[in-house]
Amino acid sequence: MKITVCIGSSCHLKGSKAVVSELQQLIADNNLKDKIELAGTFCMGRCQEGVCVTVDDKFYSVSPEKTKDFFVNDVMPKVK
Amino acid sequence: MRKFDTKVQHLKYKVLREVARLAWKDELYEHILDIPQTIIPGKVPSMRCCVFKERALIGERVKLAMGGDKNNPNVIEVISDACDECPVGGYNVTDTCRGCLAHRCEDVCKRGAITFDEHQKAHIDKSKCIECGACAKVCPYGAIMDFKRPCERSCKVKAISMGPDKTAEIDNEKCISCGACVYQCPFGAISDKSFILDVIKFIKESNGNSSYKVYAVVAPSISSQFTYAKLGQVITGIKELGFHTVVEAALGADIVSYNEAKELVEKGFLTSSCCPAFVSYIQKFFPDLAKNISHNLSPAAAISKYIKETDPTSKVVFIGPCTAKKMEFQKEEVRPYIDSVITFEELQALFDSKELDITTMKEDVLDNASYYGRIFARSCGLTDAVREALKEQKVENFEFKPVPCDGIEQCRIALLKAGKNMLDGNFVEGMACVGGCIGGAGCLTHGEKNKAEVDKYGREAMEKTITDALKTIHMIKDGDK
Repeated sequence: MKITVCIGSSCHLKGSKAVVSELQQLIADNNLKDKIELAGTFCMGRCQEGVCVTVDDKFYSVSPEKTKDFFVNDVMPKVK
Repeated sequence: MRKFDTKVQHLKYKVLREVARLAWKDELYEHILDIPQTIIPGKVPSMRCCVFKERALIGERVKLAMGGDKNNPNVIEVISDACDECPVGGYNVTDTCRGCLAHRCEDVCKRGAITFDEHQKAHIDKSKCIECGACAKVCPYGAIMDFKRPCERSCKVKAISMGPDKTAEIDNEKCISCGACVYQCPFGAISDKSFILDVIKFIKESNGNSSYKVYAVVAPSISSQFTYAKLGQVITGIKELGFHTVVEAALGADIVSYNEAKELVEKGFLTSSCCPAFVSYIQKFFPDLAKNISHNLSPAAAISKYIKETDPTSKVVFIGPCTAKKMEFQKEEVRPYIDSVITFEELQALFDSKELDITTMKEDVLDNASYYGRIFARSCGLTDAVREALKEQKVENFEFKPVPCDGIEQCRIALLKAGKNMLDGNFVEGMACVGGCIGGAGCLTHGEKNKAEVDKYGREAMEKTITDALKTIHMIKDGDK
């Protein structure tokens, strides 16, 4: 599984650093380093909905506060 | 609103704009011969002897706007017919000489080149004169002037000379592509080649960034440019041109300062690698010192490399103040990362070729880099950043002794000393342009406030430290492992 977080200017200002940081921690805590690849990209073209995150090709709008919920609800169930 | 420093820049801009305007519509080759008439209409000349010469020279400028002479590897070219063949006088005594008694000029001349006529007026014997300028400095009337050609005077590496037909010639073996002559020639007879057609092609063939994405990497000196609009509006304008997004080269500068600090501690002596003209200067004139050049990519190349890692099919265009970057991106080690380079002058032409009025646009954001990455745009910025990086990396037992140099003359002095192990310093920050990148030949305007503008832009960065700015990149890279 590949989680891509937008690190472009707009998402950076909305807290993409915190989102990446929390995701990295959650991946480590759940021993998923082998299963989840965390990647970055500059701009997904949906700046209004930032912080923009994709899980494989599915789009999610994730704020730093909602990162944990996102991980539990949208990432964990899909990990094989 | 004033957009350029000189009319030469304005003329170059008009040609670029027209070439771009036709290229967007795929009508360039159909209408290429009409461009001179479009730019120089009517029958009354405004710049030269006749409209026909003016139009012929526009034709030459069109060639440069389309990439210039493919057989000439240099990105800086002379338009021979535009060269006014200025007299090559060097130092000469003018009518202002009053035939005084003091004869300071004679006294200071070590070559005995000053003589006096029956009216006591000074003359310079050109067979003895070495053009040192000492006499001009001491004359109480300022009566002795340097009549050197502006191109030759601007070229601190002495790459320009007068050819057999009296027009200027560039020695490509010596030229470092800094562009000083481009900005200084009052007749616009020396110009940088333009790659705007490549950029337009990238944008068009991306099909609205669906086939691949086109990224703009902008130099931090942009903060001192386009002063008639807000920076956020410039960013919107760049996206309106068809770029997928805009990324700060300053984030690349954060990467560079972080790594440069490490390399400096490791090696003990380093010369910077940010300025491609400075790097070229060392390679051509101080080859023995080339081993000390930092192995880091330039900030533009470093961030472009990162973009290519995140998006391998992307096209990356660097937009900056620099003509030497046009040479740098063609180097083997940089070519995989940067696909093309344009200047701020050319960006203005691209905006206007699509009739984009950026002053009416909403403001977009540009914020990734730290204060330290952003101040790379001015002299001493790199030095400040490396000092900060050493501090953030908690380096102890290392004395940082920077030697910041802006302008080739200062660089030369530092390198001469370094070559003799007489330099009191261990880090040479070399910038070929006076003032740093804000003094670049591809800037629209050069002003005293530019440094303050860069510092202001630096302070506005959300990230205050280099480590913070790089945190995301570092986390993601670790995540890859």
